[in-house]
Amino acid sequence: MTDASQGAADGAWRVAVDRDVCIGSGMCASLDPAHFQLVDHKSSPVSETTEPSDDAVDAAENCPVEAILITRADTGEAVAPVE
Amino acid sequence: MTVDATAEPRPFPFNQADRLDIDPIYQELRASEPMSRIKLPYGEGSAWLATRYEDVRAINADPRLSRSAGRYRDDVPRMTRDDNKRPSIINTDPPDHTRLRRLVAKAFTARRMEALRPRVQEMVRTSIDAMIAQGPPADLVSHLALPLPIGVICELLGVPYEDRDRFREWSDGVLSTTALPPDEIQRCYTDLGTYLAGLVARRREEPTDDLLGTLVAARDEGDKLSEQELVVFGVTLLVAGHETTANQLGNFVYTLLTHPDQLAILERHPDLVPQAVEELLRFIPLGSGGGFPRIATEDIEIAGVTVREGEAVFVSGPSANRDAAAFDDPDTLDVTRTDNPHMAFGHGVHHCLGAQLARLELCEALSAVVTRLPGLRMAAPEDELPWKLGLRVRGLRALPVAWDGIAHD
Repeated sequence: MTDASQGAADGAWRVAVDRDVCIGSGMCASLDPAHFQLVDHKSSPVSETTEPSDDAVDAAENCPVEAILITRADTGEAVAPVE
Repeated sequence: MTVDATAEPRPFPFNQADRLDIDPIYQELRASEPMSRIKLPYGEGSAWLATRYEDVRAINADPRLSRSAGRYRDDVPRMTRDDNKRPSIINTDPPDHTRLRRLVAKAFTARRMEALRPRVQEMVRTSIDAMIAQGPPADLVSHLALPLPIGVICELLGVPYEDRDRFREWSDGVLSTTALPPDEIQRCYTDLGTYLAGLVARRREEPTDDLLGTLVAARDEGDKLSEQELVVFGVTLLVAGHETTANQLGNFVYTLLTHPDQLAILERHPDLVPQAVEELLRFIPLGSGGGFPRIATEDIEIAGVTVREGEAVFVSGPSANRDAAAFDDPDTLDVTRTDNPHMAFGHGVHHCLGAQLARLELCEALSAVVTRLPGLRMAAPEDELPWKLGLRVRGLRALPVAWDGIAHD
């Protein structure tokens, strides 16, 4: 399981939401309002980058349509969701 | 906006659900009293009911309204006697909710559901083949609406399909509000738990890679959930995993048969089925009223009223889905409607886990109905259709249909 300690040494993560895929369930914005907000009924990252955050991982892992992708800013490696 | 604090709270549910009609009082409340006082069948005092789209949405997303705070409180307003004694993911708050949901979220993603599509198509084909082989009239509920969701959730969870008659009776029992006396509802709940505990025990002898097996491994190897959470999770997934879709499928077809212009559009343009499914989800009030209380953990302003700490709040999703502030011409069924952010699956952290599964089953079933059963019509007088009463969900026990000749694939 991914956790926030991963990638911490390298600083920022990149947070992206595919708004074409997003169904506006509000899951992420409720779980992690610091990183996700609903704009016109669809999710949008509050900021494109963030320090490592367990809440952001929870939001990405729980998105019903996997519209959220969190990657390491330096390597582009996927942090969440993971298989 | 004013609320007459001296007015008596309205008894709730307002009326016995009648077919798929929405009580006209919801429209009045949305207009003049969007946060209204209601009195539930059980518990003390009154509760709040939200009926407007924006308020229902905001309440579902508000962490200050707790679902678990009402547990084991005898005074909490509720629909049935023992609602407050059944902890499940549905009335669990984060972070426990997040921990539980994460264990199964992967099994219900859009991607996993897409992989399941061929199997669902095969099950639908088998059902429609049997209807065509038998010839009209045939009961759409027993041929398609019931066996499809039951078959799918049995395979996903790892519940033997042969046991369906047993768990169906218990499942309808736990969804009862007034159909059964409280002791009978409780017996069904206990029997379902005992049944699931048996399936769990079997997996400890022979591990499986179905969802129940995954949860058993999460408990035994990772200590990710308690034994009670494990068994209750199984019960919840089994009941919620088929009752909703089974009833909605019958409701969908009934609604199209009573809106023949909309059915005709789909028969001519089956490619519209996915958006028709969204519109039918919006239009049809599956719930018969009620749901579960959220308890305010502090004083909260909603729609001009102050909900005091400790008070219970209920929301009406069906009312939100008919709010003219959110949907143009909300009382018109329009299968070509595009912008449709309906609330049929709820909103926020408790957004229906099985939403993508439900969409998959509803789309495949409806596609087959409109393409393979031309000239579909009711084969019984509408006022004689057997509606279920006194359950949390609305639905038909049977829906006899007829169609024209043989459809060629």
